[in-house]
Amino acid sequence: MEKLEHKFLKEYNYELGAVDKGYTNRTLYINVGTHEIKEKPVTSLMKDKFIGGKGFGLYYLWQAVTESTKWDDPENEIIISSGPIGGITQYPGSGKSLVVTLSPLTNMPIDSNAGGYFGPFLKFAGFDALELQGKAEKDVLIFIDGTKGTITIEEMPGGGVDTHILGEQLTEKYADNEEDKRNIAVISTGTAAEHTNIGLLNFTFYDVRRKGIRLKQAGRGGIGTVFRDKHIKALVIKCAGVKGDLNHPVDKLTLNKTGIKLHKEMHDLDNSQNQMRKIGTANIISIMDQYDLLPTHNYKFGAHKDTFKISPEVFISKVTQNSPDGCWHGCSMACAKAADHFELKTGPYKGQKVTIDGPEYENAAGLGSNCGIFDPDVILELNFYCDTYGIDTISYATLTAFVMECYENGILNKERTGGLELNFGNIEANFELIHQMAKGEGFGKIAGLGIRKMKEIFAKEYGADPQFLFDIGMEQKGLEFSEYLPKESLAQQGGYGLTNKGPQHDEAWLIFMDMVNNQIPTFEDKAEALHYYPMFRTWFGLNGLCKLPWNDIAPADNKLTDEPAKIPEHVQNYVDIFNAVTGKTIDKFELIRQSERVYNFQRIFNIRMGFGKRIHDKLPYRAMGPVTVEEYQSREERYDQQLKELLGYDTTGKTTEEKIKVLREYREDQYEKLTDAVYKRRGWTMDGVPTVEKLRELGMDLPELLEVVEKHR
Amino acid sequence: MIKLNNRDCEWHEGLTVEELLRLKNYTYPRIVVSVNAVIVPEEAYASTVIEDGDKVEAIHLMAGG
Repeated sequence: MEKLEHKFLKEYNYELGAVDKGYTNRTLYINVGTHEIKEKPVTSLMKDKFIGGKGFGLYYLWQAVTESTKWDDPENEIIISSGPIGGITQYPGSGKSLVVTLSPLTNMPIDSNAGGYFGPFLKFAGFDALELQGKAEKDVLIFIDGTKGTITIEEMPGGGVDTHILGEQLTEKYADNEEDKRNIAVISTGTAAEHTNIGLLNFTFYDVRRKGIRLKQAGRGGIGTVFRDKHIKALVIKCAGVKGDLNHPVDKLTLNKTGIKLHKEMHDLDNSQNQMRKIGTANIISIMDQYDLLPTHNYKFGAHKDTFKISPEVFISKVTQNSPDGCWHGCSMACAKAADHFELKTGPYKGQKVTIDGPEYENAAGLGSNCGIFDPDVILELNFYCDTYGIDTISYATLTAFVMECYENGILNKERTGGLELNFGNIEANFELIHQMAKGEGFGKIAGLGIRKMKEIFAKEYGADPQFLFDIGMEQKGLEFSEYLPKESLAQQGGYGLTNKGPQHDEAWLIFMDMVNNQIPTFEDKAEALHYYPMFRTWFGLNGLCKLPWNDIAPADNKLTDEPAKIPEHVQNYVDIFNAVTGKTIDKFELIRQSERVYNFQRIFNIRMGFGKRIHDKLPYRAMGPVTVEEYQSREERYDQQLKELLGYDTTGKTTEEKIKVLREYREDQYEKLTDAVYKRRGWTMDGVPTVEKLRELGMDLPELLEVVEKHR
Repeated sequence: MIKLNNRDCEWHEGLTVEELLRLKNYTYPRIVVSVNAVIVPEEAYASTVIEDGDKVEAIHLMAGG
């Protein structure tokens, strides 16, 4: 193994503290440019109004930047925080880290979450959040030793940055022995993060059974790109002695009882429900195909005849079974699956046998069907390279699908791609593209800029029709769409479009409630769902929690409840564990208000940065309906029927182009009406600006927020 | 004609819950079916006959992603 040379630039000693009711009550600030290290107190305002996790991240980022700060300015920060519940071991899914920065894709705040051990370790080492600011001259590593109370900034020039190697090296270097490796967590990215705007952060945890590191990703929005721009090579943390009461909760008995109840559900029901313990989120690949929701060929279609080749059963045979694959202690959902001893067939690591974390559903759908690829081994290898090169699988997949459609439409050709024949399904070209991104060469460098910038280049340099590019380029606010086809669900169009950070489904996933179940038929119904679910899901990110144990397992009698989609018993579980940790007495309504405060803060932050208004919530038409004749004709019966039933439009004798136009006018109008209803429900103006009255009602009438909204009334 | 999730749906004599789910390609495992507001247990899908004009709900318990 390569020897790692480090030169110490700064050492800082601090007093190890104890966590009290979920908080350490201090945070850590490190400037990698000036080497300043300091501790900051957590105020009651922070706890009351921002809770923790991404709330703390947004709070600190607001203070660090101005409205003119760009993502690559030294003032931009990367903030990592868990949350008051984060780190408990009694309830599944409690080890998340939330990361916030100004995104190179959207130029406004992005938040992304990751499993792995860093967030809880940071808290147990003494800090509720870590702020990273500045820009180092040469590559640096930061080591936080939570066993001794020391922090060092170390110069670390040379050597590789790809995570599957660097993560192992650093775990080896900072652990005292094999037993100690479980006490090390590393954050790093990879070589492609240096050359693209879609860099991610890998969070490691040491898998004692496999005797190797495992990776979880804060994938969205290019945070890894910011990390490398700051010349940070890695963050390493050491924390020993994790046990169930390190958060010093006020009511451990309730934590235990609530956790045991969910463990039992998992044990009894997972096999007959979603099989998260067997295959994780990839369990829904076939379901998405059968309901015409699996993005195929750049979201043109929702199903493909070859989907069976990448079905969950195929991946179950590829990933190691009967393994305790939790990404934090105590998670009985254990969905962090991995394929072991996988021999790579391409790239710089060709011939190496590696462990590949995943595939998650998003990776299989994006790298697979959306790019016309139905070979599970190819999906796994692309998944591996995305991770170790440090690029977001979702953005990579969606932008590659876009590039492929541009290639098939003649906007791109071999001359423009440097010889890459980027048709749907071309595996060789796909691998070459990703390896080019890692080297910062060829067409890979252009593609790595993201869809929004590619659209500008293709229109300017190649004379492509900007409207067509806008229609088929599946990005909004600069962020690439995640991997669900929203065309037939107006509510899900809102779930993607009316978001704070861009079209990522972690705010709302309403497709079945809307399209299949027809439970939210009116605009007001949809608006209520687009209020409740984004707020409810935001709360996970304030507390260091994973969303999956909320609704990827459900109590046996959940179907008999008034609102089964909300999983009411689990909502109450979250109320109970929050109160049990913090000693507060919230109910399920205050839970939503906690989220609303931060959600509105983030919206106003976007507005402050020049975004976050109605114009920025517009969607590419590919998300709403058929752009091309080929798409329309593939589902002609469905669309013709809708034109007749919804509009009374006689399709007899009409050309497909004429029908597309009429359908488009209708669907775009529906989206506008939905936008009106959602803004009204959220307490925003019709331009998407939170009202002063709403801020007062939430207790968020802070002067700096009022100043922004007053300007935009 | 019946109502399925409050939308018109074609009906034929002898239509069972099992056949309806198959015809609609409703393959998701966490689904709750009721006919005229009475929940039908999964083991009774094959034997439960739907009559003309019935109101059927087939609620997929998925708010996932």
